[in-house]
Amino acid sequence: MEFWDKKNECMGRDEIEQVQLEKLQATLHRVYKNVRHYSKIFRQVDFMPEDLRTFSEIKALPFISRRDLSENYPYDMFAVPLREVVRLHTASINFDDPIVVGFTRNDLKNWAELMARNFSAVGIDKDDVVQIALTFGITTGPFGVKVGAETIGASVIPMSSGKLPSQLKIMRDFKTTALVSTPTLALSLIRQMDEMGIDPRDLSLKYGVFGSEPWSEATRDEIETKMHITATDTYGMTELFGPGVAWECLEKNGLHIAEDHFIPEIIDPVTLAPLPPGSEGELVLTSISKEAFPLIRFRTGDLTRIDYSPCACGRTHCRISRIFKRCDDVIVVRGMTITPDQIARVLSRVSGGETVFQIVVERSDGLDQLTLLIEISDVNFFDEMKKQRRFVEQLHRELSELVGWEVTVRLVEPGTFDSQKKVNDKRRFQ
Amino acid sequence: MLRLVNVNSYYGLIHILKNVSLHVNEGETVTMLGANGAGKTTTLRTISGLQPVRGGKIFYNDQEITGANPEKLVNLGIAHVPEGRQLFRPMSVYDNLELGGYLIYKRYGKKQLKIDIDGIFALFPILKERRSQFAGTLSGGEQQMLAIAMALMSRPRLLLLDEPSMGLAPLIIKDIFQIISDLQVERKLTVLLIEQNASAALKIADRGYVIETGKIVLEKDAKGLMTNQEVKRAYLGKEQREIWE
Repeated sequence: MEFWDKKNECMGRDEIEQVQLEKLQATLHRVYKNVRHYSKIFRQVDFMPEDLRTFSEIKALPFISRRDLSENYPYDMFAVPLREVVRLHTASINFDDPIVVGFTRNDLKNWAELMARNFSAVGIDKDDVVQIALTFGITTGPFGVKVGAETIGASVIPMSSGKLPSQLKIMRDFKTTALVSTPTLALSLIRQMDEMGIDPRDLSLKYGVFGSEPWSEATRDEIETKMHITATDTYGMTELFGPGVAWECLEKNGLHIAEDHFIPEIIDPVTLAPLPPGSEGELVLTSISKEAFPLIRFRTGDLTRIDYSPCACGRTHCRISRIFKRCDDVIVVRGMTITPDQIARVLSRVSGGETVFQIVVERSDGLDQLTLLIEISDVNFFDEMKKQRRFVEQLHRELSELVGWEVTVRLVEPGTFDSQKKVNDKRRFQ
Repeated sequence: MLRLVNVNSYYGLIHILKNVSLHVNEGETVTMLGANGAGKTTTLRTISGLQPVRGGKIFYNDQEITGANPEKLVNLGIAHVPEGRQLFRPMSVYDNLELGGYLIYKRYGKKQLKIDIDGIFALFPILKERRSQFAGTLSGGEQQMLAIAMALMSRPRLLLLDEPSMGLAPLIIKDIFQIISDLQVERKLTVLLIEQNASAALKIADRGYVIETGKIVLEKDAKGLMTNQEVKRAYLGKEQREIWE
């Protein structure tokens, strides 16, 4: 197995802690000086960055959440002037409470290094042809994959989320050896291969790096056996680079967090108390190398557990278990994040009143489907059939526009579902 | 090799170093940048035991050396080239080198001392030419070379260099830095370098720290520091405008 950056990936625990302390102290000094939001919250808890002696003292600080980021939209969370920022990304498809993150030139370089580590860890090297089947748009994902693959010297084919037959044609003609996409797309490709009568063994595909949505071990088995590849998971979020925060090595036993760039913590999502290593809780990350957009104690909303035991691959960075659940109502489907708030906004715009609803997420044929159940009430029930149909159609159209694919809308009698539960995720990952 | 954890230091009541943590790996050249009075020299002085540490720990090869005597540290292989040369000016170059090699004399005797001095002369031929001249009469660059040579006489493994380019002409600075980077290769020295001349220091360094008012505000590899706009503005003195992407 190859290491991209053996020195940093295989540091001893002592060294990791030293590097983390140094970088954390430097980051805290910088954000205290340059970011108003941080200096405000630091002062509120009477914390001076220069007093920090160990990482555990950071536990005195409040958390940062997506809400803080959108409240400080656009540039108030930046730690450098905008002229030093060379790239901007927004983190969600939703422009009602947007988030913008920035990268300096050094940030982009670090990101490329992290992605290069990820690719090397799963066996991809300069001789590989990497096909990126992720949508190139405002989100960060595909850009990180692209620079990372270019950094290791692989040949990159940015396919974006093109049509399946053309993906397969390129895959066959260009002899793609590594596919980077969402697991859903991989499953769709398998079906498409069946339909077109392509035998995956005739392709040159060897590796699959999948992420940006939760996927089960069963899905991994299916992809691996049907596509005849090694499938590995990668984890990240736009607020912290995008992919390149944590990734699986070939041991496939948890995702290594790049501990020289991020410090992980696990907290109880309800009481916010820190949890000991090994227990499941919400992942909180502190970025210690980012220049433009450093985050201190950022609540990811993802539920996982940390394992500090050594990994057979030789990497010393700790591992988080694969992420299947969230502790908030954010739904990750087909590589996108959707919140009930967004749906609620569309609903109130269309119906003009409060509506009780539930979002049902199901997986059929390896593809995530969204169904919106709406309780019948005065605001959405009409005497005229025409009006009623127009209402449902408009809702269907607007929701489908929001998420980018067909959403089913159903009106149901009150009491059909638990109205306290906004999201009903029926997918089973574990 | 060298590790500082939350080191604090005071001059009287004035808090100079505020929880400074840094590390230097074996074989690395690490530089520390910062404005005047930021605490660069103080950091070096605390490492070499010239300045008392109040809180925090210093480790050298995993052995704690906080508050150790400077003599003991020289024994362990740490040599400090102070700011402004600080030679024995009314003594000859050769005598200065002999003083620098006191440890070798004590350990291995006079014969070895002479062999070591010859080794130094091979590295710095100019010092051989000036061997009987008084140190005070040397030019600035030669004095700096002698100061480094004196430090090398104790056969250090870690060299602490405090502003070797101070008061020197640009051409001489180039020579001095060439010598430092050569030494690193030839003698497998680990170097912690403090410099006002940030661009010269970053060229030979692997990593660097930026210190401001006793606090470390940035830690990066040398290339990363060179492209960091803040460093550029504050220490490299050029306002580059480039168009990216």
